[in-house]
Amino acid sequence: MPQMNMIQALNSAMDIALGRDPAVVVLGEDVGYFGGVFRVTDGLQRKYGQHRVLDTPIAEGGIVAASIGMAVNGLRPIAEIQFADYIYPGYDQIVSELARLRYRSASAFAAPVTIRTPCGGGIRGGQTHSQSPEALFAHVCGIKVVMPSNPYDAKGLLIASIEDDDPVLFLEPKRLYNGPFDGDPNKPAVPWSTHPRGEVPDGHYTVPIGKAAVVREGRELTIISYGTMLHVAEAAAKALGLDAEIIDVRSIVPLDVETLTTSVQKTGRCVIAHEATRFAGFGAELMATIQERCFWQLEAPIERVCGWDTPYPHAFEWEYFPGPQRVAAALKRVMEAR
Amino acid sequence: MPRPSRLHVPHAPARPGEAPDFSYVRLTPAGTVARPDVAAQAADVENLAVDLIRVLDDGHRAIGPWNPHLEVDVLQVGLRHMLLTRIYDDRMLRTQRQGKISFYMKSTGEEAVAVAAAMALRPGDMLFPSYRQQGLQFVRGAKLVDLMCQLLSNTRDMCKGRQLPVMYHSVPGRLFSISGNLATQFPQAVGWAMAAAIKGTDDLAATWIGEGSSAEADFHHALLFASVYRAPVILNVVNNQWAISTFQGFAGGEQRSFAARGPGYGIPGLRVDGNDFLAVYAATEWAAERARKGAGATLIEFVTYRAAAHSTSDDPSRYRPKDDAERWPLGDPIERLKAHLIGLGEWSEARHEALTAELGEQVGAAWKEATTYGTLTEGPRLDRDLMFEDVFKELPKHLVEQRAQLRSERG
Ligand SMILES: Cc1ncc(C[n+]2csc(CCOP(=O)(O)OP(=O)(O)O)c2C)c(N)n1
Repeated sequence: MPQMNMIQALNSAMDIALGRDPAVVVLGEDVGYFGGVFRVTDGLQRKYGQHRVLDTPIAEGGIVAASIGMAVNGLRPIAEIQFADYIYPGYDQIVSELARLRYRSASAFAAPVTIRTPCGGGIRGGQTHSQSPEALFAHVCGIKVVMPSNPYDAKGLLIASIEDDDPVLFLEPKRLYNGPFDGDPNKPAVPWSTHPRGEVPDGHYTVPIGKAAVVREGRELTIISYGTMLHVAEAAAKALGLDAEIIDVRSIVPLDVETLTTSVQKTGRCVIAHEATRFAGFGAELMATIQERCFWQLEAPIERVCGWDTPYPHAFEWEYFPGPQRVAAALKRVMEAR
Repeated sequence: MPRPSRLHVPHAPARPGEAPDFSYVRLTPAGTVARPDVAAQAADVENLAVDLIRVLDDGHRAIGPWNPHLEVDVLQVGLRHMLLTRIYDDRMLRTQRQGKISFYMKSTGEEAVAVAAAMALRPGDMLFPSYRQQGLQFVRGAKLVDLMCQLLSNTRDMCKGRQLPVMYHSVPGRLFSISGNLATQFPQAVGWAMAAAIKGTDDLAATWIGEGSSAEADFHHALLFASVYRAPVILNVVNNQWAISTFQGFAGGEQRSFAARGPGYGIPGLRVDGNDFLAVYAATEWAAERARKGAGATLIEFVTYRAAAHSTSDDPSRYRPKDDAERWPLGDPIERLKAHLIGLGEWSEARHEALTAELGEQVGAAWKEATTYGTLTEGPRLDRDLMFEDVFKELPKHLVEQRAQLRSERG
């Protein structure tokens, strides 16, 4: 099977979508001629033309709003926001319009827009190139929110998002674009070709939205994570020699509650890990859900490993990032709790 | 069968492998544009948004009604600031390539837009720049070492490690904290100016935005508030033709000039040769006088060219001709002011070389000192506890706890 990194997998997903459905268009800042600042849309304008792969003005509010209008008129826009940190000028259009259009019009109108945006830290990007804003969107009713952790899922989830009749925010953990990352910045970079999920079929397939993945089966405790932190948590559990069940949430909204609770009911212990800030982060929702449904099976308090509740600092990237040490400490506490 | 697409897609004038083409840049000979009264109504001076205000002619002489008639020593100071800006940019780019800093953005070719404008303003005027006006820092007396420590995120970093390189600020220099989020500073400057008006001071605010960023809604908020309240503010659009890979046509520059946005809001718009130190100075002086008189805001489009890459993460050879910058019809701001001074008999190649060497040494010495306070890769390092400070004025309990947790993690 072909090897792809996450950039190539995402590119392949859009290539297939553009090829199969003339209603699909791609738009965003620098996505056309240049192929995107992360090269995710590389070659698509050359292949599908300037009327289907559009460079846009630097106006995220305009990009989202225009995508809504296009979608209402029968297109299926894939909008790129250059960095998740720059999505906020489009926030009103997402929250008040995109997410609620179907509801307020009783399905008379709907806008199947996919918004792709790179998120997360670990690239020395400072506070404006490192944010993980998933909770800001998970709290909004009417937009799906997904985040893949590997090229295979990235492609399948992106095709599913484009084909979905509801709007989807598709978050791309940019630290994973070129390879998995175990949280140790001093180790040489590892390419996706070393990872089983770097094998990506050339053709069309989907990874369903709303389904978590059990990445590793285990009996001692459940680790729930997504995006970059999935790999960090996996490495931390391995280093401790734990028989952990590791779950990749993948779909934040809608959430696959059953997969999560089935696992925690089995293991009785749970650690949640995400890069985003802790306070009112998505971990809080995960924790509440598990507590509600697994209370009588829990053998230890659930723990969250998250970013600190500060903006993402440039100079303290690796003190801020919830790295393997912080995850390992939480895993130990949860394993030792009686 | 549907008809073919009627969508108009702006076309870059030239892409890699093609010959540079600047025929779209409307030029006006130096000295030919009238200089109206500073209290003019926007509707009466709409030509200023179409023509190009220039002072230096092809022979590098200062001519016409916009000539600010500056003293020679002022011109020499301007040249010095611009040259320092360029040398600083070149050196800091190299330190990034050596892995000493994480990121850098040069202002090469756009030095006049910052330097001349700041020199035409008063020290009390508040400046709200984007990330590409480092020349403002030098005019406002910033120390090289302090700027470098910010780039290094080291123990003397004014931002305490919070910001990417070039996101400086200065309280005594009246330079607002630079944001990585585009366009946000534009309406904030208007608010500052409104406060100056409310408080009854003589101060004004000036702000800079890239033509690409002028697409953001914040740009329009700025114009509207400035117009409604006749705020004492100077709104500068730096049209350097490119926003990363996106040429100015995608920000709306194909149909009309950026200066022409002003009259639409009832604000005079001036279209100015941004590589002409004297024209930048004169336009800013006009706008400042207007603002201080209570006649309101001015929108100034500085027509210039981003001669270097967008940032250290960018490779412009992927989206524009390699020799684009050399073919830019408005030349280079440093070369032009230098030629003007030489024409006046007040400068020479030898003096220029000596100044270049002197500034190079200054920058080198400052870098040496700055690195003793730490670099990205070598100590001393900022105290990591600082990460938790300044989220709020006082550290809340949950951050006290998180700080303790980090300490226990790292010993
Ligand atoms: C709100 C927002 N959107 C996107 C970006 C990413 N970005 C950074 S600089 C830039 C181009 C800006 O071009 P322009 O305004 O013309 O200024 P120039 O860089 O040419 O000086 C873009 C798209 C950002 N920083 N903020």
